[in-house]
Amino acid sequence: MEFSELIKTATVEDVLLSRPGLPAVRGTLCITSHHLLLSSCPRGDLELWLLIRNVDAVEKRVQNLGWYQPPRTGGSLRDTRVSGSSGTITLRCKDLKVLQLEIPGMEECLNVASSIEALSSVDSVMMMYPFFYRPPSLRLQQGWHLCPPERHFQQVASQTSQWRLSTVNRDFSACPSYPPAVIVPAAVGDDTVAKAARFRQGGRFPVLSYFHPKNGTALLRSSQPLTGPNRRRCREDEKLLGTILAEGERGFVIDTRSAQAARQARMSGGGTEPKSSYPQWRRLHRALERGRPLQESFAKLVEACGEPAPSMERWLGRLDGSRWLSHVKAALSTACLAAQCLDREGCSVLVHGAEGTDTTLLVTALAQLILDPACRTLEGFQGLLEREWIELSRQFPFSLEFGEQLLLTLFDNAYASAYGTFLCNNERERSLCKVKESTHSLWAWLNQPEEKQKYLNPLYSHNPLVIWPSVEPQSIQLWQGFFLRWIRPSQHLDEAWVEIRRLVEGNSSSIKEGNSSSIKEGNSSSTKESTGKRLSQSLPEPPAGTENDAEAWTAGTR
Amino acid sequence: VLHSQIASIEKQATTATGCPLLIRCKNFQVIHLVIPQERDCHDVYISLIRLARPVKYEELYCFSFNPKLDKEEREQGWKLVDLNEEYNRMGVPNNYWQISDVNRDYGVCDSYPTEVYVPKSATAHIIVGSSKFRSRRRFPALSYYCKGNNASICRSSQPLSGFSARCLEDEQMLQAIRKANPGSDFIYVVDTRPKLNAMANRAAGKGYENEDNYSNIKFQFIGIENIHVMRNSLQKMLEVCELKSPSMSDFLWGLENSGWLKHIKAIMDAGIFIAKAVAEEGVSVLVHCSDGWDRTAQVCSVASLLLDPYYRTMKGFMVLIEKDWVSFGHKFNHRYGNLDGDPKEISPVIDQFIECVWQLMEQFPCAFEFNERFLIHIQHHIYSCQFGNFLCNSQKERRELKIKERTYSLWAHLWKNRADYLNPLYRSDHSQTQGTLHPQIAPCNFLYKFWSGMYNRFEKGLHPRQSVTDYLMAVKEETQQLEEELEVLQERLANLQKSQSGNNKVKSKQQDQNKQFGLYTSNNSLANTPQEYSNDLKSFPSRSPSQGDEDSALILTQDNLKSSDPDLSANSDQESGVEDLSCRSPSGGGCLPSEDSGKDSDEAVFLAG
Repeated sequence: MEFSELIKTATVEDVLLSRPGLPAVRGTLCITSHHLLLSSCPRGDLELWLLIRNVDAVEKRVQNLGWYQPPRTGGSLRDTRVSGSSGTITLRCKDLKVLQLEIPGMEECLNVASSIEALSSVDSVMMMYPFFYRPPSLRLQQGWHLCPPERHFQQVASQTSQWRLSTVNRDFSACPSYPPAVIVPAAVGDDTVAKAARFRQGGRFPVLSYFHPKNGTALLRSSQPLTGPNRRRCREDEKLLGTILAEGERGFVIDTRSAQAARQARMSGGGTEPKSSYPQWRRLHRALERGRPLQESFAKLVEACGEPAPSMERWLGRLDGSRWLSHVKAALSTACLAAQCLDREGCSVLVHGAEGTDTTLLVTALAQLILDPACRTLEGFQGLLEREWIELSRQFPFSLEFGEQLLLTLFDNAYASAYGTFLCNNERERSLCKVKESTHSLWAWLNQPEEKQKYLNPLYSHNPLVIWPSVEPQSIQLWQGFFLRWIRPSQHLDEAWVEIRRLVEGNSSSIKEGNSSSIKEGNSSSTKESTGKRLSQSLPEPPAGTENDAEAWTAGTR
Repeated sequence: VLHSQIASIEKQATTATGCPLLIRCKNFQVIHLVIPQERDCHDVYISLIRLARPVKYEELYCFSFNPKLDKEEREQGWKLVDLNEEYNRMGVPNNYWQISDVNRDYGVCDSYPTEVYVPKSATAHIIVGSSKFRSRRRFPALSYYCKGNNASICRSSQPLSGFSARCLEDEQMLQAIRKANPGSDFIYVVDTRPKLNAMANRAAGKGYENEDNYSNIKFQFIGIENIHVMRNSLQKMLEVCELKSPSMSDFLWGLENSGWLKHIKAIMDAGIFIAKAVAEEGVSVLVHCSDGWDRTAQVCSVASLLLDPYYRTMKGFMVLIEKDWVSFGHKFNHRYGNLDGDPKEISPVIDQFIECVWQLMEQFPCAFEFNERFLIHIQHHIYSCQFGNFLCNSQKERRELKIKERTYSLWAHLWKNRADYLNPLYRSDHSQTQGTLHPQIAPCNFLYKFWSGMYNRFEKGLHPRQSVTDYLMAVKEETQQLEEELEVLQERLANLQKSQSGNNKVKSKQQDQNKQFGLYTSNNSLANTPQEYSNDLKSFPSRSPSQGDEDSALILTQDNLKSSDPDLSANSDQESGVEDLSCRSPSGGGCLPSEDSGKDSDEAVFLAG
């Protein structure tokens, strides 16, 4: 397939581009294999540079003014003759941007629309833009393998010998959607693991997601066991999970489906861990929405946000009606539950739903963000992906190293990107497509010093503690920076961030100056780079998990 | 808890542990007490009922409150906010406006101040004539004057027009207001009531201006509901706040159903309309509702706040409340139930104004010199009766009671602790602190947010665990100190080059500096400690996981979160080992509502846990 076959009209003159909140621009529209460009005629500046992959829906409306009957009074014969045809294309983008193009000429309009439709739905991964994008500042292969399982394992191994790195999946035979190396209990051999994989949907056997160094508990994830209607058992799977818990120890299985849905899954070959076969594991059901209903919820909210001027009542009603915040609350509550079991109860936790690819990841990733300070750094977070995390950053404004801008950038790139990081569904597909060899990594781009600066939270200071969020409705807010990004002007809020940055940076520069003059005087104190670092160095490590923690809080600042 | 804060006391059914008392406070604190003996409980109940509803002003706390200031300091305190000075700042008196002494002994209008500004062309005859044609004789008077373009905001009560009555003097009065703004050939008359309410008033001989009778007015209704609707709306919203572990839907549905944010938006819209008329069109506005002391006060003060950056400073905000609320006879005693009275008179009118300010602060984070805490503490003291500012229903009553001689001023108290109320993002040369604020108009419903910092103020678990404001204030202070230090060191360096003797002193300086860093860092770490979850966890093992969905109570039941305000609890912290936290912590420093009363009276015994 050639892109040129898909592009029916490459350039159109005199196109009017309108976007909410911005003045309309007239210019020349140009369609390339991956981009939609518009440059305004007089200066030739680029007014639009849109990755066509970002287009979610194309709506077209054409009117042939030649058919238009002018009103009898006042209209001269000339009016009908001057008429031409024209059309309007509305592009709804995946990042919630809405663009309108007014194109002279009905045929051009239809051609442009069908070209965009065709280009935005190219389904061959290898044809996508990341395989063509070559930014000058980056080298290929840079930024891949930032956090390979091997490195994660080294961290775990430095704390415990209970776990080992298994290469049972090196050829993707045990589980096509897992990476080649995964962390499993040291006490079970690869044979056992391979057999356990056959008892789990899609082969997603229980693997270590996070090791909690404080008390040696583990967060695991998997897919559902294939118990089926006949309550099949699998010794190896039972053994795998059994070895994680010591004699008399308890663990929790957090099933992200309702008890009823889990029971029903048996009819189609799935199911959940029965108490009789896994005596040490207790099951908790927390129904989290996923798939279509979640997508519909998202769409409803987007629609409500875009509504011109609903009354106050209708706004709250529609916010509620979308159920989006309810889903956010549920996900956050479930993650808190998992974190609580690990940190407070000292119990290991296995999380799964059905496939173990959606809600499971959401819960395990959020739980890590709550528990593990390393995940709250820009580098640490680069492994974790979802958009709800903004909730945490709102309640703990100093404890996350990255800011809202990073989450927005990640969201945009997850849907349409010049980088290969989010292509395909799993490691196997990625290696088949040679994603790592032929595309650039988003992380490599983000980690360039001047780029990185944009994504750092100026208020960040390392916080070694578990961050327990509130999941009450009063604490959960709509992420305006995302949902209303193209709707409300954010100038005043942006100015506030500039001001915050100014304050914090002003502070660290005076510290630098202050210290350097002390050094001149022969004082032995060393120059510290920033307030943030200084804060982290002098932070006392409080005794974790004691009752005093709770008391100390009541004297905290507000 | 001050008795004056008690809104209601409810005795609930006796249980095995004792007799529960539920106390709801006007600052949105909810207190559950369980008293072992039924008889004791009844005694407490009867005592509190009586104490919470004083019948004489003299019973109020401000008459016994003594912050140990001498007479001169007290008088200085009352002079902090001077309305004469404020009108001068606005630019009056001038060629168009003059001070009138027509009300010098409250002879024309007993709910107005003695000194009112009126158009120069409005003679005493016109004023008195107009006052007779207005409810409670509240004639049109100046609230805000815009120096830049001569446009003004005036306020009054409704005219007694009924279906056809006219009053020449009132018509002349409005004409005089128009003439005081030579740049414009009409004025807006804004009736802040819903049209239906205004029409109903006509049947009672009141009503609104007939455009045909007044030359060159443009009449406009802005539908803000009356005090009864607002009281019920708040009630409904507080019920939502009190729900135990509500679902997202319970909360959003309840919030919408209360209509609270819709009312807030209506008030804001009215303020925005007036600010636009004055700033952009250069047209003067006369604002009224029924009596002109509730909605009119809200709307005039919101408009002034949008128009004039001065009112967005700490001092200016005090002046604004003093001008539009206190001096123009907002009925503080009736609205906030300071003395036992008609419960139908109670309504959260100024609470709504305070919330409007908060909503603006959320939209314009750099525009206000003060922070959220300032607003919360003002709200607290409107009900606390600890200071004399908000006593009574009018200036006349306050003068008769000799408030200034017998009580202290809140403004002086807040001013003394102003460091705790500063917004670190405020900079007087920042663009947001210049000129008129232009809040977004449409679509903007999503901009109005539930203010959990106020209405769930005492449920600490709901709030951000780390305070950006406090952190930035500390950073700002530290920067300043370091810069000063730098100067000192550079000076010393210069001296050193002359002689070699200054080393020891420098070392000790450096130590001071380190100590100071430790101070706010540990403050920071405190904010991160896990909190009441531990309570939940005690119950955790005893629950059977098979209980399924009921387990959601494991995470944060609101019960567990209802602790008393840490602000009000003891401030010393055993764990951090930092001895002097309070000097930095904004919750220390005597800024707490009612903390200062701690030593003087048993009325301020805090609930510590």
